[in-house]
Amino acid sequence: MALTREEVMHIAALAHLELSEAEIALYQEQLSAILAYAAALQQLDTADIPPTETALSVTRAPLREDEPEATLSPAEALHNAPARAKGCFVAPPTL
Amino acid sequence: MPNSLPDLTIHAALAQLHSGALTATALTQAVLDRILAVDNHVRAYLTLDPEGALKQAAAADARYAAGERAPLLGIPLALKDNLSTRGMETTCGSRILEHYIPPFDATVVARLKAAGAIILGKTNMDEFAMGSSTENSAFFPTHNPWDLTRVPGGSSGGSAAAVAAGEALGALGSDTGGSVRQPAALCGIVGLRPTYGLISRYGLIAFASSLDQVGPLTRDVTDAALLLNVLAGHDPRDGTSHTGALPDYTAALHSDLRGMRIGVPANALIAGVQPAVAQAVRAALEQLAALGAEIVNIDLPHDEHALATYYLIAPAEASANLARFDGVRYGYRAEAETLDALISRTRGEGFGPEVKRRIMLGTYALSAGYYDDYYRKAQQVRTLIRQDFERAFAEVDLIVNPTSPTTAFSLGARLDDPLQMYLADLFTLAQAIAGLPAISVPCGYDADGLPIGLQFAAPPLQEARLLQAAYAYEQATAWHRRHPEFIYTQEGELSS
Repeated sequence: MALTREEVMHIAALAHLELSEAEIALYQEQLSAILAYAAALQQLDTADIPPTETALSVTRAPLREDEPEATLSPAEALHNAPARAKGCFVAPPTL
Repeated sequence: MPNSLPDLTIHAALAQLHSGALTATALTQAVLDRILAVDNHVRAYLTLDPEGALKQAAAADARYAAGERAPLLGIPLALKDNLSTRGMETTCGSRILEHYIPPFDATVVARLKAAGAIILGKTNMDEFAMGSSTENSAFFPTHNPWDLTRVPGGSSGGSAAAVAAGEALGALGSDTGGSVRQPAALCGIVGLRPTYGLISRYGLIAFASSLDQVGPLTRDVTDAALLLNVLAGHDPRDGTSHTGALPDYTAALHSDLRGMRIGVPANALIAGVQPAVAQAVRAALEQLAALGAEIVNIDLPHDEHALATYYLIAPAEASANLARFDGVRYGYRAEAETLDALISRTRGEGFGPEVKRRIMLGTYALSAGYYDDYYRKAQQVRTLIRQDFERAFAEVDLIVNPTSPTTAFSLGARLDDPLQMYLADLFTLAQAIAGLPAISVPCGYDADGLPIGLQFAAPPLQEARLLQAAYAYEQATAWHRRHPEFIYTQEGELSS
């Protein structure tokens, strides 16, 4: 299953990854090889097989009691932000 | 004369600390001296906190003097750098998280601290735990203490190399498809992946949430049981955390395997397995039979599809988990005029090649038009793989195979071929896909003196059975008592 250059660019856009020309060419080749390997799964008949979403072998954990707990202060929450002002994260305009 | 304190097992060190023959300060200082002597060659650590470690050691000594006891009081340990540590840099081996200081401790870190352990620092890893050699670290590769020209395995390669070289008495890693067991095998130590849900994932930076598990790396099986006792248990902060009562895992450590049925899959010793590895595993099976176990041939018909299944499911989950790295709230930020451009450029510059490759693969497997063919198909095959194990465990108590098809390979040898690198995980993926517990223990050395690992897998929550068999095998052999020669020549040079 060979991916086209356009498909690679479409996936990169979906994944919000800015790629160089060299990376586009490299991933086109490598992802095609990996997907060709994975194509072996298509030969298995899984028509009546339910999907496994999680490896949980026990019942799902119960919700904890709805009791307030100590949480991060605004200063702690903002501590790692590359840009911050007036108690907020700062980012460029969306348009 | 080299100092052997850093090569003590955790249980041996605890005995000396309890009797007063050893102080936590002397032990911690000896380990820090070892790190100073060897880590410029091994490069196991990304972050080291000598002052903090010695402070914790002094506090532990004060507690011992006051008659206090705790399960790991005064034991110096290392943590893989994807485990959140309050106030200590946590990079996940990635530029995108360089200088990130978590405001909280992962539950496993809090549990170790509560048990009295001393945190030495954070160990190197493949970026976001994606890799099998630790060469995908954004910072530098780690070297195998048994041969510095070779990889330590991965992705918990820093933790494995640190334990093998006496740069910590034990360490934590994480295992998504073999990342605790494979480096343990390549570094000649013990690595345990517990049942999915047994150890909390809270504060473990997510890679593939349905597969990720924290696990201990130690010098012997007794130490693995000691750490599991501290780490396992329900955590309300992890929605997949197991809620049931748990045994004392050290109680399982006895050497009688009579009546135990051990299954060997038909493909365990296939052509791709290095001859020395196959030979060591065959010898181990004879040893297990001599200990009273019955060796049974079993069939896991869908095992051959584990690699493809894993490399669709794990990247798909990773592509969703890693969407949070946007350059706004923490970590690396690229400059751009608009938010969209900032996010794409931050991710393009901040993630390394393997992480981008897997995000792309996962995004593709989840995208419109391909979801059913790739992601859903892989989840269905995951069911088939689980059912194979369920059928097998109706007949046998444990399943044994090699941990890795080869011993440690040379640095750089597989970097250009992702599929070849993925094959390093051939024998560790299926158990992870099925959520089973598995352990790697040393079972020999090849002609170059490189360690070989033997893997046991058990049904869900049967860690006690797993540890029992691993312990019985270990006690009947001497493989786990060897240490890499290089650490002593290094220490000799430093003190002369």
